[in-house]
Amino acid sequence: MLITAGHVIRFLERVAQIIHTHRDELTLLDANIGDADHGTNLDRGFAAVVSKLPTVADKDVGTILKTTGMTLISTVGGASGPLYGTAFIRAAGVLAGLETVNPEQLVAALEAALEGIQTRGKAQRGEKTMIDAIAPGIDVLQAAQGTDEPFLAVAERALAAVEAGMQATIPMLATKGRASYLGERSIGFQDPGATSSFYIAQALFTMLQEAAAQADAS
Amino acid sequence: MKKLINAVEDVVKDSLAGMAAAHSDLIKVHYDPDFVVRADAPIAGKVGIISGGGSGHEPMHGGFVGKGMLDAACPGAVFTSPVPDQMLAATKAVNGGAGVLHIVKNYTGDVMNFELAAELAQAEGIEVATVVVNDDVAVKDSTWTAGRRGVGTTVLLEKIVGAAAEGGANLADCTRIATKVNDHGRSMGMALTSCVVPANGKPTFELGENEMEIGIGIHGEPGRTRMELKSAREIVEMMAEAILTDLPFASGDNVLAFVNGMGGTPLIELYIVYNELAKLCADEGITIARHLIGNYITSLEMAGASITLLKLDDELTRLWDAPVHTPALRWGA
Repeated sequence: MLITAGHVIRFLERVAQIIHTHRDELTLLDANIGDADHGTNLDRGFAAVVSKLPTVADKDVGTILKTTGMTLISTVGGASGPLYGTAFIRAAGVLAGLETVNPEQLVAALEAALEGIQTRGKAQRGEKTMIDAIAPGIDVLQAAQGTDEPFLAVAERALAAVEAGMQATIPMLATKGRASYLGERSIGFQDPGATSSFYIAQALFTMLQEAAAQADAS
Repeated sequence: MKKLINAVEDVVKDSLAGMAAAHSDLIKVHYDPDFVVRADAPIAGKVGIISGGGSGHEPMHGGFVGKGMLDAACPGAVFTSPVPDQMLAATKAVNGGAGVLHIVKNYTGDVMNFELAAELAQAEGIEVATVVVNDDVAVKDSTWTAGRRGVGTTVLLEKIVGAAAEGGANLADCTRIATKVNDHGRSMGMALTSCVVPANGKPTFELGENEMEIGIGIHGEPGRTRMELKSAREIVEMMAEAILTDLPFASGDNVLAFVNGMGGTPLIELYIVYNELAKLCADEGITIARHLIGNYITSLEMAGASITLLKLDDELTRLWDAPVHTPALRWGA
């Protein structure tokens, strides 16, 4: 399976769509334990990314992702702008100059993205953040490396792990971000950042389905 | 929910345009990236003082740009931290060669975005120092939270450090004074109603007719405890006790007492709060040497108030009294 720059462009358009569709839901989740702006901020940021895509459509994957990260940092604000922006920029570093990306390279890029989020946010697992959704998915991808399992099947299990990780934030006590101010009262609510990470993971999985279908057809 | 606006997406820009129209003698407004800057910036040899944060707290921060206070303010979307492009552009615009101090309220987003901007400015050869304000005693300061929020002390800090910079203090001295203000200031807030973020159109949280929220922040984020509404006297007692025991303030201290409205509380009620606070301080042997009463760090239309006490010494008192001329705060100039 090879992921092309065209796949990545469609992935980013799909992220913008899915975030827009779930904008109010994300904002509502944020109203429970934060400051009620997560959906509107990400929607604004990914809309800006989509408007920039035509300028990088003929560029390599690294350039596309770097532009995405810079645009998110410049337009989202809040904590999610620097966090998602850093994630895309770190992934871009791993994929710099590449016209196509294989599954191993994709996993390395996702690892770098997670590391970037952890460094920028000074957060670890179990603190009721987006890390709790992303990290279990990457665990699955890493564990399957070097096995015979088709990458799409691995990715499907990884997406399920991200979803489970997102749901696992519900009973968690927040110790990072604005939700931490609530103390015990943060328990019982799903983390909005973990939720937006799940939606991005969904779009990523759809991209892999598309890339796999094309690999089969050729 | 009714709002006196043109369009939700134009709230921040329309309001900035109004400030520019009203105060062209004091400030200029730069768009894309958005920031409010002193009309006479940059001032050669003077440390530049910058702050910023989400909009919805007016007059903070844009209303505090002017002589003797801020050189620039970076407004984000409502309750959303500004982005690094804004702080970078503002830092360049106020850099008079003596370095720039960033005053950042301790919120995860604000801290990260200012951190990115400071890295970028330093890469361009501008000396940047940062002071993070974290004075909210409602939040436990531990490894189990993102740390205390920056609230009322921010206003006092911007005034005091602004005066120091205006008087020729260097970047190290401005940073020292800012740190001293933060170390000696403590705040606590409460809410009677929620606020309504324009983009959401409905209250961020619900409070019952007879309920109040103690330990509220300035973004409609719920506080730590919800309880039955009490008298102003009892509410002030609760808030003051949390503040006084935290520093701790002691008999013989001189303080600046700041009673701040959250945006939807009339001045008649703020003076009731001040009266209770003044009696309590007198009982404790604490002298209110200076005071500030009004809506300075707000949370849109939220009804409620916050109390800030700042322990004063001669240096802080002198800097507080120094002339200031901004859209929202003016004396001696």
